[in-house]
Amino acid sequence: MFYQHAKISKISEENPRVKTFILDCDLKTEPGQFLMLWIPESGERPMSIAGANPLTLSIANVGKVSASIHSKKVGDRIFFRGPLGKPFTFQSSYKRIVLVGGGYGVAPLRFLASAAAKKKISVKLIMGAKTKGELMASPDKKICETIITTDDGSEGQKGFTTDALTNLLADNSSTPDAVYACGPELMMKKVAEICKQNKIPCQVSLERIMKCGIGLCGSCSVDGKLCCCEGPVFTGDEALGVKEFGSPQKK
Amino acid sequence: MPSLETNLGKLLKLKNPLILASGINDSNAASLIRGAKDGAGAVTSKSCNVKGRKGHDPPVLISNEHYILNAMGLPNPGAEKMRDELALAVKECAKLGVPVIASVFGESAEEFAEAAQIVAEAKPALIEADISCPNTMNKTFFSDKPESVSAVTRAMKNATKIPISVKLAPNVPSLSLLAKAAEDAGADCITAINTMPGMAIDPIARRPILTNKVGGMSGPALKPISLRCVYEISRAVKIPIIGTGGIITGSDAAEMLVAGASAVGVGSAFYYRRNSFKLIAEELEKVMKENGCSKISDLRFQE
Ligand SMILES: Cc1cc2nc3c(=O)[nH]c(=O)nc-3n(C[C@H](O)[C@H](O)[C@H](O)COP(=O)(O)OP(=O)(O)OC[C@H]3O[C@@H](n4cnc5c(N)ncnc54)[C@H](O)[C@@H]3O)c2cc1C
Ligand SMILES: Cc1cc2nc3c(=O)[nH]c(=O)nc-3n(C[C@H](O)[C@H](O)[C@H](O)COP(=O)(O)O)c2cc1C
Repeated sequence: MFYQHAKISKISEENPRVKTFILDCDLKTEPGQFLMLWIPESGERPMSIAGANPLTLSIANVGKVSASIHSKKVGDRIFFRGPLGKPFTFQSSYKRIVLVGGGYGVAPLRFLASAAAKKKISVKLIMGAKTKGELMASPDKKICETIITTDDGSEGQKGFTTDALTNLLADNSSTPDAVYACGPELMMKKVAEICKQNKIPCQVSLERIMKCGIGLCGSCSVDGKLCCCEGPVFTGDEALGVKEFGSPQKK
Repeated sequence: MPSLETNLGKLLKLKNPLILASGINDSNAASLIRGAKDGAGAVTSKSCNVKGRKGHDPPVLISNEHYILNAMGLPNPGAEKMRDELALAVKECAKLGVPVIASVFGESAEEFAEAAQIVAEAKPALIEADISCPNTMNKTFFSDKPESVSAVTRAMKNATKIPISVKLAPNVPSLSLLAKAAEDAGADCITAINTMPGMAIDPIARRPILTNKVGGMSGPALKPISLRCVYEISRAVKIPIIGTGGIITGSDAAEMLVAGASAVGVGSAFYYRRNSFKLIAEELEKVMKENGCSKISDLRFQE
């Protein structure tokens, strides 16, 4: 059999566009990896893993396949292959890290925050949205400190996640060992640039159209690199070396 | 020390016999250049047609340890865009001593010729006619009758002076007649084989997995089929053969060269081992040391 299957055991609404689906199975995987999620009557798309025990996915309703997932109910079945791709990585010397997330990119970062907390790494998560109603849920305080930004100031600090990152890095007493970003590509580009200026290692997760998911078809290639199997996680320097970083081609 | 340097007939000089197969991470210049840097003897671009195609919606490919099944549906940006990518690739790959092969397809002999004319402007070393893709509802399949093989070959030869390779399918009754038809119509080379039609079904979902329902099989399970095809073709024609299908290791490559190929296409191998060109080359060299062959052409089995 090519696909594993699981039933939806819980659905929660993160914001009007994004729902989180908790499945009735566990998966051996690491934060940053993704699945190819197959909805037989609709199609297959890559989805970041937002939790492993139990397997969790956070999905924005934006088109054909994501809409059909949003119409599913508790007890319905979904299919997947994976985990695929390279995960975010820590070095054993890391004591403090900062995560920067926007949109549904916050979901895999919550998973990363729990994994880091288990390794006794102290985590700060900066997460942002245009306005209060579009924010994703923040992780438990026991896992990490969360800094919220909204463009309109309706919750948390007014401004962008990248402003909050700049402010945080201005405090030299708690410089992080590494920064991890997942979300809109322009945001990730800004994060990578800020980290480069501050000489802090950084990892970002690139989203490209992926069809085969295993490095054969070439749909997700950027400058000859394959996002599906050599990414989707790249170092900030690798990403900044990619010409189209920050302005991905549209479908 | 055996040498991997070889010639594809009188057409191409190759630093090793390993050629990136069409459709495997090769739809733009950067990908083709990467193939060359990773150690390919030559690289082939994704098949393109005049107008371009969107391809099928995923699922388009599934894999296991034995085979890959795909129905990409020939997605490509069109021959003009591909020509620009090819031109860049030809220039950069030349610096590495790696020839570039352009692959084209069409829904008629005329469309093949038109696409060939367009990509020819990029000056590839060889143009491959993909007359054997199983994933477009037979609209682009010309690989089952000697007349249609000749018609496409002749139209391509009239359209360009660049040498032509004709890519054949395994699922046909008399491969030697088809290969002969290509040779007689002026083909300079044969590429064999394309994928073998197949299907995958999910028993829990109770439906075909691929959106196209059926697809083409490649990878390890294709090797016995491709070896037999190449063996048969090599006994029927004098033009060189790029033997493709299920080549994963150096031993597989050696077997294909023994069967009668002059060079070897490598595609699905990259799923099984990302560093395939380097690994296959090293292993092939070892096999040659073992069997006492000093050059690639020594490997061939003489009746
Ligand atoms: C590695 C990776 C991880 C991903 N993880 C997630 C995830 O965790 N959650 C999630 O919701 N999505 C994720 N995606 C995006 C997802 O794969 C699909 O692209 C998305 O769900 C749209 O598919 P669709 O069939 O619903 O839309 P389609 O019908 O294919 O497209 C409809 C329209 O939506 C637009 N569109 C496509 N993708 C997006 C997008 N991501 N954001 C905004 N507009 C879009 C298209 O341009 C198109 O106009 C990920 C993608 C990658 C490559
Ligand atoms: C994902 C994928 C895409 C392919 N696309 C093309 C194509 O566009 N044109 C073509 O002539 N062959 C195409 N093929 C066939 C390969 O070039 C090759 O003939 C076949 O896969 C057998 O070799 P392999 O077992 O080494 O993969 C494709 C194969 C795969 C797996």
